Amino acid sequence: MLDRIVKAQHCIEEACHKLGRQITIMEVCGTHTVSIFRHGIRSTLPAGLKLLSGPGCPVCVTDQGYIDVMLELAGRDDCLVATYGDMIRVPGSDGSLETRAPKGNVKVVLSSEDALDLARANPGVMVVFIAVGFETTAPASAVVVKEAADEGIENFCILSGHKLIIPAMRALLSGTNDRVDGFLCPGHVSVIIGADAFAEIVNDFNRPCVVAGFEPLQIMEGMAEICRQLSTGAPELKSIYGAVVSGKGNVAAQEMIARCFDAVDGRWRGLGSIPGSTLAVREQYSRFDAFRRLHLEEKPGKDDSGCRCGEVLCGLIEPPQCALFGKRCSPQSPVGPCMVSSEGTCAAWFKYGRRK
Amino acid sequence: MTTDPERILLAHGGGGLLTGRLIRDHILPQLKNDALAELDDSAHLELDSNRVCFTTDGYVVKPLFFRGGDIGKLAVCGTVNDLAVAGSRPVALALSLIVEEGLEFATLDKILESVGRTARENDVSVVTGDTKTVERGSADAIFITTTGVGVKLPGANLGFGRIEVGDKILINGTIGDHGMTIISQREGIAFDSPLESDCAGLAHLTCALFENVAGIRFMRDPTRGGLAATLNEVAEGSGRSIRIVETEIPVKPAVRAAADMLGFDVLNIANEGKFVAVVSAQAADECLRICRGHPLGKEAAVIGEIVEKDGAPLVELSTKIGGTRIVQTPYGRDLPRIC
Amino acid sequence: MCLAIPARIIELEGDKAVVDAMGNRWKAKTTLLPDAKLGDLVLVHAGFAISLVDEEEAKKTWELFAEISNFEETPNRVSG
Repeated sequence: MLDRIVKAQHCIEEACHKLGRQITIMEVCGTHTVSIFRHGIRSTLPAGLKLLSGPGCPVCVTDQGYIDVMLELAGRDDCLVATYGDMIRVPGSDGSLETRAPKGNVKVVLSSEDALDLARANPGVMVVFIAVGFETTAPASAVVVKEAADEGIENFCILSGHKLIIPAMRALLSGTNDRVDGFLCPGHVSVIIGADAFAEIVNDFNRPCVVAGFEPLQIMEGMAEICRQLSTGAPELKSIYGAVVSGKGNVAAQEMIARCFDAVDGRWRGLGSIPGSTLAVREQYSRFDAFRRLHLEEKPGKDDSGCRCGEVLCGLIEPPQCALFGKRCSPQSPVGPCMVSSEGTCAAWFKYGRRK
Repeated sequence: MTTDPERILLAHGGGGLLTGRLIRDHILPQLKNDALAELDDSAHLELDSNRVCFTTDGYVVKPLFFRGGDIGKLAVCGTVNDLAVAGSRPVALALSLIVEEGLEFATLDKILESVGRTARENDVSVVTGDTKTVERGSADAIFITTTGVGVKLPGANLGFGRIEVGDKILINGTIGDHGMTIISQREGIAFDSPLESDCAGLAHLTCALFENVAGIRFMRDPTRGGLAATLNEVAEGSGRSIRIVETEIPVKPAVRAAADMLGFDVLNIANEGKFVAVVSAQAADECLRICRGHPLGKEAAVIGEIVEKDGAPLVELSTKIGGTRIVQTPYGRDLPRIC
Repeated sequence: MCLAIPARIIELEGDKAVVDAMGNRWKAKTTLLPDAKLGDLVLVHAGFAISLVDEEEAKKTWELFAEISNFEETPNRVSG
């Protein structure tokens, strides 16, 4: 494997050299961010290649208002909150599930099915499943909503905070941002939506898009392919994750999503409102929509004005240039997703300065 | 005559009749030694030296019984290991039990049997103890605290200040076994697994090292927080930077796969039968040889070294792809992720 | 976003499966993969199989998978 890594490194170096300018690649998946960090990939890249962590952590971009609603539910005696472990430490306006640890009516689950099982086992409480994640995870929420409907389970609903990746990529590129040269596209989102879904980014914005998995070799080869395309001047869509990704994706999963959800405008922490970027439970399943069933309202969180995550994400500024950095915003009390994610640009900078 | 209860009652901690029966019928038979049999308020010890090591630890593990061990075994091994890595030969333990009203005697007996067996296997005696009971709901079944005393070995001269650039970092086997086993049996996220805790007493092995090799600078057992926490403690305490090599760190494939599924970093996962040793470069080979000749060190490896570095001391990992990254001190609580 | 690992279906009843990854056994649903069969290698995310995995591609993509499919899996085997 090491020989393939070295080959990818050479390819990247050659492309940077040939282009004679800095190349900026953005990955838009929190799992890519973590893998890049864990394997020390940045340290193997030539100076001419800059790797940006985009808004790819759907947990980290969850707005404070959503977290506040989740905390409100966790404080209710008639509710049992079932959540993926990722959400435990994400802060709202005033603390997180961890710091506001309620009386034991929060359960960490590995699957939406576990949440539904909790509802079956605890008929006296309303089990609310915290449904977060990108398109990879949305089908899992859709399945349990359908199962609950089919079985007539009354004490179950989901708080949908699912996010969609393509609208976010479009929003990032539609500003005056021309910083990002190419995208490393999320392998597992692509399993669901299909690699072809990224064609619109290639066509509308003329940027290479390469779908890659999460092993370090996949990431290196994915970046090498982007660099190669840039150096030949012909951006295209390519997938190197053929083990699990097809052009069309998982149609059954897509149908499941379409059956259960509508795409609506939604707020992303630090980025504001992005059109058509969030999934809301459809009218047909409204009794499984926690917002409607429990009369909840997602209010805008604490004032996060001054948060410049949007610019950090796009590589327009470095963290210390944000006025909140290290003052109002730190890993202990993060404001934007770049600080919420432990491998986010701002969190990493805070801990280690330029060293990564 | 009343029949003996099947479960712990509050009165079992009251210091009266029931406490006496608890000690006589359940505790003493398992822990069998002369010092304890005296049932004095304090144990009397005669130690070979006045250079002693002294430590204490609380054990609250859930589930109580797991593949490869239980809270009783853990309570003995954990404290034995703290004494062992301090360069001492463990001699005696004090055993303090806080038991929740309603705990079944069958469970308590199993735990006590394990304490007794593990103590004997590790050549250490439980010489004194205490039992308290609390109301139902005030403790989760049982909490155990063991306090231990050991005699410092003449060959052991350990300390952060002894650590030098060029020293090697050694571990006696695979990492992440205990923590992943516990997680695999934790309610709500349990999964079937061949994984077993590595829970074991290390004193026989560490004593062999201290008695035969000069140049052991420092030792610690990487329990909570795993290798990452321990190496960061060493870096901070010694003011030295550390580099470890990913491909040298022994990890069982099942541990790695389980960690990958849940999003854990194996470096952050607890171990209960491992020590990390910082040894002089000259001593490394001999240490490896001794470890590999012992059942608890068959997969011992040199995983890194102390390096010269500017700035604040750091722990760096040379990754399997030839990159480097910083090993952070873990937060202190690992949660399964999907992201 | 998306921790998922390849695992083999070792039990299947309806859409309820048990999958095996290096000896670890997890529950998984195959609701999103109606054509999945016993013995298939699948990608599992958050308790759901989301894709079939091409075995040859898997060996090229996941290093651990390549190691294990080439060797007899023994619990004490050390992996770097």
